[in-house]
Amino acid sequence: MASTLSTFKSLRLNRVGRDFGRLNALKELDFSIERGEFVALLGPSGCGKSTALNCIAGLLSTTRGSIWLDETRIDTMGPEERGFGMVFQNYALFPHMSVRDNIGFGLKMRGVPKADAAKRIDQAIATVRLEAQAEKLPGQLSGGQQQRVAIARAIVIEPPVVLMDEPLSNLDAKLRLEMRQEIRRIHAGLGSITLYVTHDQDEAMSLADRIVVLRDGEVRQIGTPEDLYLRPARLDVADFMGFRNRIPGRVVARSGDHIILDVAGTEFAGTLRSSLTGDSAIAVVRPDDMSVGETGLAATVEACEYRGRHFFGSAKAPGGIELFFRAPAAYRPGTPVKLAADPSRVLVYEGATP
Amino acid sequence: MSDTPSEHVPLRLRLAAKGIDGVTLLVLPLVVALILLFVYPFLYGLWLSFRPKDGSLLGNYAKFFSDPFLYETVGKTLWLAIPVTVINLVVAIPVALRVRLMRRQRVLTTILVLPITLGTVLVAEGMLNYFGPQGWFNRVLLTALGPQGWFNGPLMDVFGPHGWFDQTLMMGPLMTAPLISGPLKLVHNYTGVLLSLVITGFPFTFLLVLSYLTGIDPALEKAAATLGAGPGSRFRHIIMPLLLPGLAVTFCLGFVQAYSVFPSAVLLGAPSGPTRVISIAAYEAAFEQYDYSLASAIAMIMGVTLLLVVIAVLGARTLVYRGPAGGGKG
Repeated sequence: MASTLSTFKSLRLNRVGRDFGRLNALKELDFSIERGEFVALLGPSGCGKSTALNCIAGLLSTTRGSIWLDETRIDTMGPEERGFGMVFQNYALFPHMSVRDNIGFGLKMRGVPKADAAKRIDQAIATVRLEAQAEKLPGQLSGGQQQRVAIARAIVIEPPVVLMDEPLSNLDAKLRLEMRQEIRRIHAGLGSITLYVTHDQDEAMSLADRIVVLRDGEVRQIGTPEDLYLRPARLDVADFMGFRNRIPGRVVARSGDHIILDVAGTEFAGTLRSSLTGDSAIAVVRPDDMSVGETGLAATVEACEYRGRHFFGSAKAPGGIELFFRAPAAYRPGTPVKLAADPSRVLVYEGATP
Repeated sequence: MSDTPSEHVPLRLRLAAKGIDGVTLLVLPLVVALILLFVYPFLYGLWLSFRPKDGSLLGNYAKFFSDPFLYETVGKTLWLAIPVTVINLVVAIPVALRVRLMRRQRVLTTILVLPITLGTVLVAEGMLNYFGPQGWFNRVLLTALGPQGWFNGPLMDVFGPHGWFDQTLMMGPLMTAPLISGPLKLVHNYTGVLLSLVITGFPFTFLLVLSYLTGIDPALEKAAATLGAGPGSRFRHIIMPLLLPGLAVTFCLGFVQAYSVFPSAVLLGAPSGPTRVISIAAYEAAFEQYDYSLASAIAMIMGVTLLLVVIAVLGARTLVYRGPAGGGKG
């Protein structure tokens, strides 16, 4: 498949859909990925992201639409003909084969001559830094090492597309951070497409060039990590990107993007991010952008957690609105506070009447 | 008052640390039953086998291995038990490969378990009727392919003398007589016992193979597929190596069952000829010649041959990978 790697330009999904019985797991996936790009499919569990990945790998057939690698239609091919590398969530290493044989399996299936295969396997083992473990069985390796074998096995065949299905979710936090860098480094060395499925927005933002946010089997937004972090297009995307405070209010003034809401009698300024028809709206703010001040929404502290450099507080405002904020000190539960945020960090979307 | 706690650890805790506690007592009934129902009769039989009627120590064994009517039973039993076990395995693997992907597995497995619950005698009676000379099986065969059968005429027209092959292609007649001239002899011979052992042994083999197969992580096959392995390669390189240890165990259990065949060898076989299996020899010694000592010796020989086969198969099993069949961290 090396020839494919050297010439292909893009992977294109053309209105791809997949049903399970009556369940519409994937509605209409329509985007294309350029060569060299690292794209994350991000969404909560059950949003269809793994379904999408399996459809691209050929492990699931599609119900609608088509998938193209340049001008070749691939959704009608079996997984063994597509030649994509896939890293599974549980690694799926062959337990009866040594690390070497696991990595060499794809080359063996392709009938690569032994001497050439040995050279490529050595190279892949070196890439994932497993020289000392080459002759061991997967059962003798730690989780992180197994993860590396799975990656080496997927990339040694030099696939045009590498698919990763939540590959880091079984690792502990420290190893996860290390492996992120490894994956990024390996991707840069390959020059192929990496499509990475995750439910972790931090992981998606730190790894990907572009993020596709999926929800209920639909694409909700496609953009760079910065786009998604600063300018989520919709309320549910904002919710997923860490805007934990949801403050419903009534619109009192508006000029362009600048908007002022009335929240339980207090004025709260923000930036409008969607169209607005009625006079009710929802403002969302990240807890980190919500701080204690002289003015702002009056609330009563409910709890305060220690977070190292600062505290993380939760408070209740009149009307039962729950607010999370960054606290400079440990507030006792019951303390009255005023919470405010920079209007540019407050995103306002059209919403139901509070 | 000293606040240093006593160094003494109660006996109960020390025993518990070695795995002996109140729950251990629950095993007692089984141990007693094993001793009374298995260990004692076995040792008694072993002792009895060395006390033949002629008074010598090894008289029974000498008799067994010098009398072809006796020693040939070992070969006859093996000649039944090994093919039966292999047939069951070879048929069970492809069926199980498909069934493990089915959603309504339970209905099928329930149907398959039925022959086990029916018992060998009922199956044997059914087979005597069904496969007998007047049975349904032979009647249908004769109606279709017999001398007056529906297909005999057309077949003769094509392949028989002066038929199409003979006349038009000048290749001579391929058939000179009907395919079947009379009822097939399927009972009261080797075939009958073989068939009955396959029917009663298959469900057991199948269920075991199915459970071993379901134990193989489906992600492994998916991974192999993405790496370029087609269905044949996936079976050869992934499924088979991981299934082999289970197949060895299944072979042993199926073999033990088939080796101790008795009712169907008598009812469906030729108990004085080709299906004179070793258990028949033991039965005759005990209940026709009233020579319990010889019967015990035959039972011991039966046990030893069984053990040899099982040890050989399980020994071969140690040569292959026997670890977990999952692909994740374990």
